[in-house]
Amino acid sequence: MRNEELILSINNVFKSYHRGSQIVRVLENISLELERGAFLALMGPSGSGKSTLLNLIAGLDYVDQGTIEIDGVDITTLSETDLARWRSVNVGFIFQFYNLIPVLTAFENVELPLLLTSLSKRERQKHVSAALSVVNMEDRVDHYPNQLSGGQQQRVAIARAIVTDPTILVADEPTGDLDRISAENVLDLMDRLNRDLGKTIIMVTHDPSAGKRAHSMEHLDKGVLNHDL
Amino acid sequence: MGLLFFYSLRNLLTRRLTTILTALGMALVVFVFASIIMLAEGLKKTLVETGSSGNVVILRKSAETEVQSRIDRDQASILETLPEIALGEDGQRLIAKELLVLITMQKKNSDGIANVIIRGIGKHSFSLRPQVKLITGRMPRWGTSEIVVGQSVAKRFKNTGLQRTLSFATRSWNIVGVFDAGDTGFSSEIWGDADQLMQSFRRQTYSSVILRLRNPNLFQGLKKRISNDPRFTLGVMREKDYYLKQSETMATFLRILGISLTLIFSIGAVVGAMITMFAAVANRTAEIGTLRALGFQRKSILFAFLLESLILGFFGGCAGLLFASLLQFLTVSTMNFQTFSELAFRFSITPGIIIKSMAFSIFMGFAGGLLPAFRASRMNIVDSLREV
Ligand SMILES: Nc1ncnc2c1ncn2[C@@H]1O[C@H](COP(=O)(O)OP(=O)(O)O)[C@@H](O)[C@H]1O
Repeated sequence: MRNEELILSINNVFKSYHRGSQIVRVLENISLELERGAFLALMGPSGSGKSTLLNLIAGLDYVDQGTIEIDGVDITTLSETDLARWRSVNVGFIFQFYNLIPVLTAFENVELPLLLTSLSKRERQKHVSAALSVVNMEDRVDHYPNQLSGGQQQRVAIARAIVTDPTILVADEPTGDLDRISAENVLDLMDRLNRDLGKTIIMVTHDPSAGKRAHSMEHLDKGVLNHDL
Repeated sequence: MGLLFFYSLRNLLTRRLTTILTALGMALVVFVFASIIMLAEGLKKTLVETGSSGNVVILRKSAETEVQSRIDRDQASILETLPEIALGEDGQRLIAKELLVLITMQKKNSDGIANVIIRGIGKHSFSLRPQVKLITGRMPRWGTSEIVVGQSVAKRFKNTGLQRTLSFATRSWNIVGVFDAGDTGFSSEIWGDADQLMQSFRRQTYSSVILRLRNPNLFQGLKKRISNDPRFTLGVMREKDYYLKQSETMATFLRILGISLTLIFSIGAVVGAMITMFAAVANRTAEIGTLRALGFQRKSILFAFLLESLILGFFGGCAGLLFASLLQFLTVSTMNFQTFSELAFRFSITPGIIIKSMAFSIFMGFAGGLLPAFRASRMNIVDSLREV
């Protein structure tokens, strides 16, 4: 039953980790559907498995059981190499600690994912400039990450996430390391990406005020999705 | 990919101190490696330039060097009649019957002593070696106890200046001139009248006979004539080959010494590079996770860290060669193990040495970087992203 508007379809996903001889069951029979252009907040107490679910959606890890279909591709069947290639085309990452490469300038950080495409240098430069202007950082192209504030770094990181025009944006506590004003700016920016540019966004957060900025919410508790909250 | 190269390069430049220390470790090894090969090369060059291609050295058949060789007067006289010999400006045959003996002399600036070659020369010895030029004083007169000394001897040994007197073989010898023979072995010799020297050393035989061919192509003919003639018990060699052969034992010895020394040192340098690179990988775990998340494959990570280590090796190689190249301005002396006399020469750097040293250094980078790069590429993405 494929719906043209459905961009994400998670079916009966299980995931556990081994810690020593112990098995930690993190996700229990998760199913979830999301439409193109959605802005979803994954909420829940810490340790409930939010990041784990997000990593599975982003193709960073493999499920134990179940399927994850994104834009018609079941990513649980992809080989490691194919999955990496798939990520480079389809996923834009926004991390809590920005994860910019310290030795590269803002411009080069944004250019990085484009190195995995077949774009020419000139085309890459065009894309990078466009992405940096979306996040309002075009005047800081030559700055290194340590010359930027946290909020500025996160904006550069967002430019890096959108520069390849991915299918989905995944954000893991994007405001977790920011002061309130910077956090608001980043959330405004994500809102704009969603509304104006139609980006599908999945954001993990335990901060209710950040969660409210999303257009839908899912609550995870001890590895189970709780739709009623 | 330009950006990937800058990524590796800048990571090295960012942790400047560790990079410098690690590269210096490698530089030291490259320095030892390059300098010993330069030594071998310089020695070879000196000895090879000592010979000239038109000249022929004749020794007793079983002798490898002039010091071991004896040629009696009869055989030497017959040699003078050979038709292959070129004529000099004076219309006489260019041939010299020479004597070679070793004496010990006191070095300047130290209590050490060393062997020095005394060469008894004939009238044509100078014209047979156009590279030997008198720089001060005059030629020794025939039939007297006058000698001339090579420039390296004058520099390195006591009492060897112009007008000085040396005592050996029961006589006093007056130094009437100093000659320069460029970077050849002759610079480390003392020359005097062969007949006078034979008398005072009580020698009945010459050591060698040197002659110039009318035409270098006549060599094979001359060789055949001498080995077929039952009156001779002599071996014939081109002068160039003679000195090349002398250099080979020494050069091989130095090369083996150099390679074994550097192999031992290089273990240290490789371990140093490995520690540095393991630390780099550990410090950049989250960064590696990020790159992988963005879609970079394991092999790109492997390549980036390996490249970093190769660049480190390149830096080390450049620094080591820079230090080693300064040695060119140094003149050193060593025992010539063939004659056990002192021989002065220079370190000589060649394109081959540069290429070998750089390859060696980059290989050290490779060896040191391989395991850390491999570990970086094997990391689990999710685990490394948790590392902040
Ligand atoms: N790689 C891992 N190895 C072992 N345990 C893990 C791993 N990743 C997550 N976990 C465990 O899974 C549970 C959920 O973690 P996580 O998804 O990070 O939760 P959240 O993001 O909601 O805080 C936690 O108990 C955590 O310790």
